[in-house]
Amino acid sequence: MAIRIAEEWLHSCSGCEIAILNTGEALLELLNKVNFVHIPILIDHKYYGQLGDGEELTIPEAEIGLISGGVANEEHIEVLLEMRKKCKVLIALGPCATHGGLPSLINLWGMEEGLKEYYSTPTTDICTVPDEIVPRPLDHVYAVDEKVEVDMLLPGCPPNPALIIEVLTALIEGRDPAIPAKSVCDTCPTQREGKGGVTKVRRFVQNAQYDPDKPIEEMRCLLEQGLLCMGPVTVAGCASGAGRGAPSCISARVPCRGCFGPVRREGNQMLDMMNALASNGIDYKSVVDRRSLLRFSGSHGLQRKLPVRKTTGE
Amino acid sequence: MGKVINIQPVTRIEGHARIAIHLDDNGNVNDAFLHIMSLRGFEKFIEGRPAEEVPRIVNRICGICPWMHHLASNKAVDGCFDVIPTPTGHKLREMCQIMAHINDKILHFFFLAAPDFVLGPDSDYSVRNVIGIVKEAPDLAARVVKMRQLGQMMLERFAGKAIHPVAGVVGGFAKPMTEEERKGLLEDTRTLLDFALFSMDYARNSVFPKYEDIIAKLGTITTGFLGTVDEMGSLQLYDGDLRLMKADGTMTDFPVSAYDQYLSEHVESWTYGKMPYAKCWGEGFSMDLDTPKGVYRANTLARINVADQISTPHAQEELEVFREKFGRPAQGTLLYHWARLIELVYVCERTIELLEQDDITGADIRAMVEPKAGRGIGAVEAPRGTLIHDYTTDENGCIIKANMIVGTTHNIAPMNMSVKEAAVSLIHDGVYDEGLLNKVEMAVRAYDP
Repeated sequence: MAIRIAEEWLHSCSGCEIAILNTGEALLELLNKVNFVHIPILIDHKYYGQLGDGEELTIPEAEIGLISGGVANEEHIEVLLEMRKKCKVLIALGPCATHGGLPSLINLWGMEEGLKEYYSTPTTDICTVPDEIVPRPLDHVYAVDEKVEVDMLLPGCPPNPALIIEVLTALIEGRDPAIPAKSVCDTCPTQREGKGGVTKVRRFVQNAQYDPDKPIEEMRCLLEQGLLCMGPVTVAGCASGAGRGAPSCISARVPCRGCFGPVRREGNQMLDMMNALASNGIDYKSVVDRRSLLRFSGSHGLQRKLPVRKTTGE
Repeated sequence: MGKVINIQPVTRIEGHARIAIHLDDNGNVNDAFLHIMSLRGFEKFIEGRPAEEVPRIVNRICGICPWMHHLASNKAVDGCFDVIPTPTGHKLREMCQIMAHINDKILHFFFLAAPDFVLGPDSDYSVRNVIGIVKEAPDLAARVVKMRQLGQMMLERFAGKAIHPVAGVVGGFAKPMTEEERKGLLEDTRTLLDFALFSMDYARNSVFPKYEDIIAKLGTITTGFLGTVDEMGSLQLYDGDLRLMKADGTMTDFPVSAYDQYLSEHVESWTYGKMPYAKCWGEGFSMDLDTPKGVYRANTLARINVADQISTPHAQEELEVFREKFGRPAQGTLLYHWARLIELVYVCERTIELLEQDDITGADIRAMVEPKAGRGIGAVEAPRGTLIHDYTTDENGCIIKANMIVGTTHNIAPMNMSVKEAAVSLIHDGVYDEGLLNKVEMAVRAYDP
């Protein structure tokens, strides 16, 4: 019997689902072995029956459940609990599901403040925040494993399509998937010359220095060029293909911002980065916006509310 | 008390929506709603961030069109820091944006919408999807998957990331294009243009003729339109003036920087989606099906309607065929699909045009930039409609205020109207089935929300 897969998205952008589609021809092959029973971006299975007259939110049973997005409102909780109930193996897909992801930046204020701001922009007619029919927001954005038990984390914003295929194939074959455990730095081909004269990091308002006609291996490490690069504290896996080549942002000659989340599941990318800077003799105070070092992993109570006094920057 | 038909989730769209059709005691439609069920609040959480970081934060608003947010945001930050990108920087940005449109249109037409047409609106839900197409028409499916993959990989190869890009930067672009890259992209785009022309022919000859009635009537409403044009009135996706067209065809052009004088956003208590309307028409806002007020539509059909012409030859030919058949402005909601394919032809042709320009491989890709206080408004045409980012920065160049109107938002009110129109005309005396409810969803899917 084909392996059944159910997929859902919560507080998300659909990038994870596009990454599933970006598996391309590998997906076509996979379709011989699996049966998608629920995936709203592609198939028409409905929560309340196909005639819309059911009473309870229902998702079909599946051997594998994939879930993207964090948890930020009451409907997300309902969908997540149903997924947990119906899926034998539940995989958190992408950093929103694993660590809150970018939307967890709102945890600096809380969901309510975010909604208030959206409904009071200058082009918006005077109104109150919608509160009928629509699901009530939670206090802030949670990672999926703060609400239910999760069996596996598949990192990346978006996840690497090759890694999605590896995980699904491994589960079908009944083996452990090969998920990268090294840091972006450990897999980065740029040249490191050891501790240099950099004492401060600069903002990325000028491009890195490199010869575009030469391969990436001949570019100097961006952190050693004085650019804030989060490669040391970010788990690897973004490099295109099956991990060959340079980390994806580095290949665009742009510094890493940590979108695969921390190297260790419970790591704190902000504190770890501060330590990494300090151990390289770089003044951590030169980072303009320290809190956004947690921009992909602010759940689990890491990104806390700002003090009431209004501040900008740090 | 009648009952409520609850279509949830609306599927084969990007995002969380629910259709609720309220029936009266006799089983006729009292009212119908499209509820948008989720909101993240990016306006708030980019506050305090250094503005140059924001283009790689707001791309996460949408995983299908991250390039659009990335570039509208970069343009807004250019404005805040008062910098004009170099000509090559602009071209590289435009090329990536236009190229991202190619994949988007292939994705929407073939993966999300086509199951309704290729397998039929009434086919069983368990096969009415792209996987069903793989089984029903394996050759077509294999070609579609290959072409979409080709487009995504082109962007990834050149710009590092196709989803949630990082290569656009305030002042221009982060890496130049080598001659070798240019040649490879050009060859691949020519393959995609062939596929675009095939898709247009295939749809015009084998798909649309089967559904003439649905195309003319399903979810059809009468509204104005919004798009972007250049000084000649030609279709533009990357840059230009905004053009608002009333249902009677009269048009107003205005610069993006004046958007807040022309557009406002209405809010209802039952949906997280705002409803932009044309404040400048001075008639207020109403979604009444017979006499809507202030309502305009965005996205492919809107752009095709507001453009006087298209600057590339094959797309212009297709525009003429379209206009001959449906007039200007065309109001049929399902014509969004037809217009989407015309744009698919345009974006392939335009990408080739850009790649053939000598200075696309220029070395001067980024202007000098100094973070500072200012305000910047950037817009591009996203696949789903005009996308506007408006930021204000403090003296450190960090965001203190942001307003965004994203493409799909423009169509929130029209989608509600189309849902109601479809439900009212399809459901009578309590008689409906799954295929019919799917047709109501098709009225939403046309807008590709």
